[in-house]
Amino acid sequence: MSDTKKYLVGMFDDDDVLVHAVKDVRNAGYEITDAFTPFPVHGLEHAMGLEPTRIHTAGFFFGATGFTVAFSMIMFINKFNYPTDFGGKPDFGFLAYVPIIFEHTVLFSAIGMTVSFYYLCKLWPGKKPKIIDERTTDHLFALTFELDSSKDAKYIDSVSELLKKEGAIEVYQKEV
Amino acid sequence: MASHFESPLREPLIFGNKTYKQITIDIVKPTTGKVQPKWLFWTLVSAAFAGLFVFCITWEVCFGIGTWGANKTVGWAWDITNFVWWIGIGHAGTLISAILLLFRQKWRTGVNRAAEAMTIFAVICAGQFPIFHMGRVWDAFFIFPYPNTRGPLWVNFTSPLLWDVFAISTYFTVSLLFWYTGLVPDFGTVRDQSKTSGRWKFYNFLSFGWVGSAKHWERWESLSLILAGLSTPLVLSVHTIVSFDFATSIVPGWHTTIMPPYFVAGAIFSGFAMVLTLMLVARHVMNLQEYITLAHIESMNKVMLLTGTMVGIAYLTELFTAWYSGNIYESYAFANRAFGPYWWAYWAMMFCNLVSPQVFWFRKLRRNIAVTFVMSILINIGMWFERFVIIVISLHRDYLPSSWVYYSPTWVEIGIFVGTIGLFMTLFLLFCRFFPAIAIAEVKAILKVSGNQYRQKQLEEVKNQEVYKNTSVEAGTWD
Repeated sequence: MSDTKKYLVGMFDDDDVLVHAVKDVRNAGYEITDAFTPFPVHGLEHAMGLEPTRIHTAGFFFGATGFTVAFSMIMFINKFNYPTDFGGKPDFGFLAYVPIIFEHTVLFSAIGMTVSFYYLCKLWPGKKPKIIDERTTDHLFALTFELDSSKDAKYIDSVSELLKKEGAIEVYQKEV
Repeated sequence: MASHFESPLREPLIFGNKTYKQITIDIVKPTTGKVQPKWLFWTLVSAAFAGLFVFCITWEVCFGIGTWGANKTVGWAWDITNFVWWIGIGHAGTLISAILLLFRQKWRTGVNRAAEAMTIFAVICAGQFPIFHMGRVWDAFFIFPYPNTRGPLWVNFTSPLLWDVFAISTYFTVSLLFWYTGLVPDFGTVRDQSKTSGRWKFYNFLSFGWVGSAKHWERWESLSLILAGLSTPLVLSVHTIVSFDFATSIVPGWHTTIMPPYFVAGAIFSGFAMVLTLMLVARHVMNLQEYITLAHIESMNKVMLLTGTMVGIAYLTELFTAWYSGNIYESYAFANRAFGPYWWAYWAMMFCNLVSPQVFWFRKLRRNIAVTFVMSILINIGMWFERFVIIVISLHRDYLPSSWVYYSPTWVEIGIFVGTIGLFMTLFLLFCRFFPAIAIAEVKAILKVSGNQYRQKQLEEVKNQEVYKNTSVEAGTWD
């Protein structure tokens, strides 16, 4: 996975300018590859037309799994594997199991979602990141446009010009 | 963010005309540079106390639970007092990071990182007590339900002590995930500010290779929100379940339905006290006064006033119930608390938790750093006494007067408790040195709403409007 790609990068120094620029660039018909920001910019995912994440749906199913595991395991243990008779009380007193079932639901959901998050974002300890510009974790915002073989000099010129008009403080090409 | 309306009455949460760049510089700074002698000194002192913890625990494991003052009548004593105290302290972190996130309280961003760290460290300290109270600690894994050759003999799923095992291990895991996921983008920031390749590699490892792509941020926000949503009932459940350890017993003074809400309020109360104790020092030492402002301190003091008063009402309700129930054992338990041999513990608790927080009805005192610091220490002490009162005083005189005893701790118990404070402080000082102590990305995200220059601009725009007549806005200030 060491193949590098070439990008046209537009740097912005304000989040509001960035969101505005994203809208205009997309309206002009150019496809934005990605944006890099130092903090979650509200409205950016909307402006970029990103699909809403489904990580919370995954969380629900992980939670449901946790519920089922805890419920069925306690059921198996107390009802079938080792039923104990405490003065004729029922083998399966559901209310007393609510705390553990609840904790298990939360535990499965949280772990499942967090692991999914790192899996989907392809982040792991020791990963070698492809950093477009080091300043994007600090105070600047970057818009990137992938430059594959179909993009000619005319495309680069017109995108660069549009970015500058939208308030980009720098526009440059970079291969990472 | 700029389109978001914020009342001009709200005071700024970030001072010093910060820019995004300046925020990075300010918060990354304490993690760089030479080791300060002051930091090294306190870390070594704390580590020495953590060493005391290791020594006393080793002593206890070698010579048995008999080295503690706990006995047949007072079966739970300092160990469980300290356990509940530490778990309670942990609750403020989750409250700040999760519940205040759901309520969109912006002031959480200045203190959430350090408070969450405190949660994790406090739960680590708390866990030591029940584990080592088991006596044969090498068999501690028996508390988990796993297929075994003893029958299989399973754990008792109807026991609140087992619920506690699940509640606390879940709480620790979820808090850790929440905290670390919040840290990942900030590790990315620290990495990109690093000057040496060793530092770069270290922080890149911690940051998981974070670059801040828009899609990642979208998922990150969604994950944070859902984890907050999960943590909110979780944090309430944890101290509720801790209170079940007492409430489901038949000991007079423990067997009350008021326990869960009373314990949860007490937990938040003591947690905020500990957050304030440490943050008041940390903001001074690390020069973070512009990020942890008087507004933050005042908000936390308000929470302490509320929860302290709730706890106080619970104390009074307990007394009323003891009298009104007509149950002689119940009323004796409470008379014994107030006027028995441990009267000083009861009145220390009453003074520290119910009476003293009432000073926070006054705005001047809420915004006074010295008063807040003294109060936070008093509340830490008071909440420790609350658990001591509930546990030891309820047990030391049971149904059988011939077995009544007066419990005092041994040096081993004292050493273990003081040692956990050392452990906690060591972890916290290491955190302050190597981790960004304030959530960089989240502070940047609220800058345009809560930065003082932006708030000032808004103030100038609206101060002549009719609705703001006779308010501080008209005068052009927030005070």
